[in-house]
Amino acid sequence: MPEAVLNLLLIPLIKIVVLLGVVLLIVAYLTYAERKILAYMQVRLGPNRVGPKGWLQPIADGLKLFVKEDLIPGGAERFVFLLAPGLIMVPALLMFAVIPFGEPFKVGGRTITPYLADVNIAILLLLGISSIGVFGIILGGWSSNSKFSLMGGLRSAAQMISYEIPMGFAVVSVLMMAGTLSLVGIVEAQRQAHIWFVLPGILAFGIYWICGVAETNRNPFDLPEAEAELVAGFHTEYSGMKFALFFLAEYANMMVISALATVMFFGGWLPPFPNLLAGLWASPVLAWIPGVVWFAAKMGFFLFCYIWFRGTFPRYRFDQLMAVGWKWLLPLSLANVMLVGVLMLWWKG
Amino acid sequence: MDFLVAHFAELLFYFLAGLTVLFALGVVLFKNPVHSALSLLATFVTVAMLFIFSHAEFLGAVQLMVYAGGIMVLFLFVIMLARTEGIQSEAAFLSNMAPAAVVGGVLLGALISAGILLGVLASGHGNPAALEMVDGARLGNTEAVSMLLYTKYLIPFEVVSVILLVAMIGAIVFGRKDRFSEVGKEEVDS
Repeated sequence: MPEAVLNLLLIPLIKIVVLLGVVLLIVAYLTYAERKILAYMQVRLGPNRVGPKGWLQPIADGLKLFVKEDLIPGGAERFVFLLAPGLIMVPALLMFAVIPFGEPFKVGGRTITPYLADVNIAILLLLGISSIGVFGIILGGWSSNSKFSLMGGLRSAAQMISYEIPMGFAVVSVLMMAGTLSLVGIVEAQRQAHIWFVLPGILAFGIYWICGVAETNRNPFDLPEAEAELVAGFHTEYSGMKFALFFLAEYANMMVISALATVMFFGGWLPPFPNLLAGLWASPVLAWIPGVVWFAAKMGFFLFCYIWFRGTFPRYRFDQLMAVGWKWLLPLSLANVMLVGVLMLWWKG
Repeated sequence: MDFLVAHFAELLFYFLAGLTVLFALGVVLFKNPVHSALSLLATFVTVAMLFIFSHAEFLGAVQLMVYAGGIMVLFLFVIMLARTEGIQSEAAFLSNMAPAAVVGGVLLGALISAGILLGVLASGHGNPAALEMVDGARLGNTEAVSMLLYTKYLIPFEVVSVILLVAMIGAIVFGRKDRFSEVGKEEVDS
């Protein structure tokens, strides 16, 4: 087999298949984890009928969604209605292409990178792609020809535009510290600085995380699908597999936000406290732990936080949501950019 | 096969360019405003791809963020909130077909000749060598753009942002004119 075909076609294809499989599997079991954790927080048992401890529940759910009748409401705008779930799912999966999950490793003398692409505009690209995902929600809400859906779609558009801006500024302060837009470069910068960026950038992380939760429409910012007011918001009229796509995209987006928090603020695949515990991590037993394990552990913690929030916080009112976004987070994130700039000058100068 | 391998990049470029033109046509030709808006979104995305393809990665990402992500959402907002059923009477639009065709034809001709002229002048799409002339360009496109914007073109850059700010404030003032006068009236009445 010619080398070019192997390098340009076969290896990326294998990576794509593995990535998609793993992501979708995690998404499926994230729904199980959410139901189980929420149940324990509310002193219930959660799913426990299908398989041991309910382990097969996500698979049963998936099968059920596949065979369900696919309804299209009478007054719906047919083409847009069918397009919307795709418009939200594709960007959600596309974003995984640039996220670095671990350090390069060798297989048979060939260096394999556990990420698809290390582009030099990774962060800008992620922000751009995630802003395309909004269209799935708006168009899905509009095309359903239902007032609940439309209200949900409009709310979500307003919310996602508002929170994208402080999120962007929070990311800018990380870029200032790392001096690169590449995600691999950001992790390398943290390795060289011997410090996770969350310590100098604690404020930026707070802003990023709040905006990240708001961007994924999760509690306490789940206004686009506020059950009490809007039935199910933008996906009220969707059924079967199309509903499942909205659902899966939400969880995939949660994974992206968690993965980005890990990469930008918590050292990606680096072990914890690389400066203080360097001797410990170099010991023969622990040095064998691959970076992917650390990455998964950190990401898992953030995903747990998502579920934890849902079990803890009540929902914001819409005017409160806007006030928090524009009157608090935006000025705070701008101030943070200046603060980080001054600190960088002081530290380097 | 050899031709494909040798000219892969060019073929891809022309494919994307053709797609862009098709979607742009869709913006004008679709009758449903939401379909037009979707077509415009697709145009923005393909233009962003063209930018990235021509070694202007920063521009491409910003195109995605600002135009596709920000401006299009606002467009859709307006279209959805406005009642569009009444707008679809095309009689007035179609009655001016002949002059519109003439003007459109002239513009298209001008655009094509300008494109050919530019193509001859620049000879080839994307010029990574030009980036090398900028300080710090070794780092990449983003760094090169910012280096130029914040050193050589600092004053024009700032002037443009001030102009944008003025336009924004102007739009707000025009948009809220009625409300201001109503508030004033109430005060006079009471």
